[in-house]
Amino acid sequence: MSEHRPDPRTWVAGVVFLGLAGFLGATLPRSDTSEKVEAAIAKADNPVSSDAAESPKESLKPAFRPPGDDEIPKNEFGDAVRLGERIFHDTQGNAREFVGNSLQCANCHLDSGRLASAAPLWAAYVAYPAYRSKNEHVNTFEERLQGCFLYSMNGKAPAANDKVMVALESYAYFLAKGAVIGADLPGRGYPKLAKPAKLDYAHGQQVYAAKCALCHGADGQGQSAADGSVVFPPLWGPRSFNWGAGMSSITNAAGFISANMPFSQGNTLTDAEAWDVASYMDSQERPQDPRFSGSVAETRKLHHDSPMDMYGQTVDGVVLGQNSPAAGPRP
Amino acid sequence: MARTRRMRPVVLCCFVLLLSMPIQAATAHAADGRQIASGGNGRNAPACSACHGAQGEGQPDAAYPRLAGLDSAYLIEQLDAFADGSRDNETMAPIAKALTPDERQAVAKFYAGSVTPKIEESRKADDKTIASGAALANRGDWSKGLPGCGQCHGPAGQGVGKTFPQLAGQSAGYIISQLKGWKDGKRTNDPLHLMTGIASKLNDDQVAAVAAYYASLPVAAAPAAMPQGSKP
Repeated sequence: MSEHRPDPRTWVAGVVFLGLAGFLGATLPRSDTSEKVEAAIAKADNPVSSDAAESPKESLKPAFRPPGDDEIPKNEFGDAVRLGERIFHDTQGNAREFVGNSLQCANCHLDSGRLASAAPLWAAYVAYPAYRSKNEHVNTFEERLQGCFLYSMNGKAPAANDKVMVALESYAYFLAKGAVIGADLPGRGYPKLAKPAKLDYAHGQQVYAAKCALCHGADGQGQSAADGSVVFPPLWGPRSFNWGAGMSSITNAAGFISANMPFSQGNTLTDAEAWDVASYMDSQERPQDPRFSGSVAETRKLHHDSPMDMYGQTVDGVVLGQNSPAAGPRP
Repeated sequence: MARTRRMRPVVLCCFVLLLSMPIQAATAHAADGRQIASGGNGRNAPACSACHGAQGEGQPDAAYPRLAGLDSAYLIEQLDAFADGSRDNETMAPIAKALTPDERQAVAKFYAGSVTPKIEESRKADDKTIASGAALANRGDWSKGLPGCGQCHGPAGQGVGKTFPQLAGQSAGYIISQLKGWKDGKRTNDPLHLMTGIASKLNDDQVAAVAAYYASLPVAAAPAAMPQGSKP
């Protein structure tokens, strides 16, 4: 994935583009918010503690290799593994009752949860139980999976003994075969990029238009095939992940984007492009945080108090979270 | 007064001429896509149907692609690319250049709207090749950083929007020639150079396998516009 080399024309275009972006950035009036964000970023030591951004980008150790499909045993356990894999790449078709948006697990966990630096299941499986600052207690792997449904899928959490949960846990366990329990495996979560000097929304918007809109649409609402199946996931709006999802943290989004986007061209964006386009994506409205207390300001203080989290911040004169569609599946 | 009276027929003539001009212009520019497809444009573009078939069904054995049901914006972009050389093709370049923008649009619309059965290839690939193509098309080969083709071209190669054309029922020979074209730098009009990157990672066996798989699929139903991000 890293052997992609831009041709000289791309370089020239990039230099011109960055120059133009810099000029625009210098001439545009800056809002109070962005100045505060910059100041806070400079001070923040560990802005977001979510388990999605934990692997160092510079790690060159070979990633763990999960077993292939041909190693799935032909028995009852194998059936659960296969169901887990089906749920993973067709969550809409196989776990519909727990899903409230248009996403699939595999949208963020590429190669059906196998790919390093795309939050692989094998690395997560051996990392639990673990304490998470997100909910301030020790979480089992089951609770972590439930969190995915509640936040990333904007749905509702299946019970721990639900068929869907049993299948997903079986699949994760199968993929982690041979991995060391408790190891912080290289490739876990998304790469953690060096902190940016600033986040540039206008530059992010330009990067989005140039590199992302082709697939995800100018309005970020994704694209579907003629039969209605969602091919490119919506990145914001009512059919995307909600404000409680890990991907709504700019830190996580920048790591994912840097390693994996544009699709099939991972590691081709500069860190500044990844940070800025992540901040652009995460500065759009999306379904409400299921933990919403009734007050955006209070919910921000309780769950989003980070410069890398735009919930409750003002963008283009609007407080994000103020006009969010309600959390959870809609009737 | 006498002078004014003499002017009158001239003024009337000018008026009639003026009135008729836009009509003439419109007639000259209202390109008929079906007519161009079946008979050429009367200048240097011959009938498309000679190679692509009367309804755009293509000639799979000769690697002349199926055009029926492809997105019209995609088809226009390809004609533009043949004309400007970003799709380097000896046959299509002079034809595309001979078509005016209106004619390109008209003929693209005609083929986009055409619904016609698939022409079966005379030499069918074996099941094993098709199965390995299906695996690659649906899952990719992430050890090489290759996503599945269907992750952009949609389930069963039905195509997505104006950028990712339908592959289902396309000529295998044509798919192979295009993947080779991206590898060799003869086709460079791919957005973000996505296909250039993809093709560079495919070996010849994989190219043959995905081509066989997509050629084996039935053509998708006529594409219907769906709101973005919507569910069925």
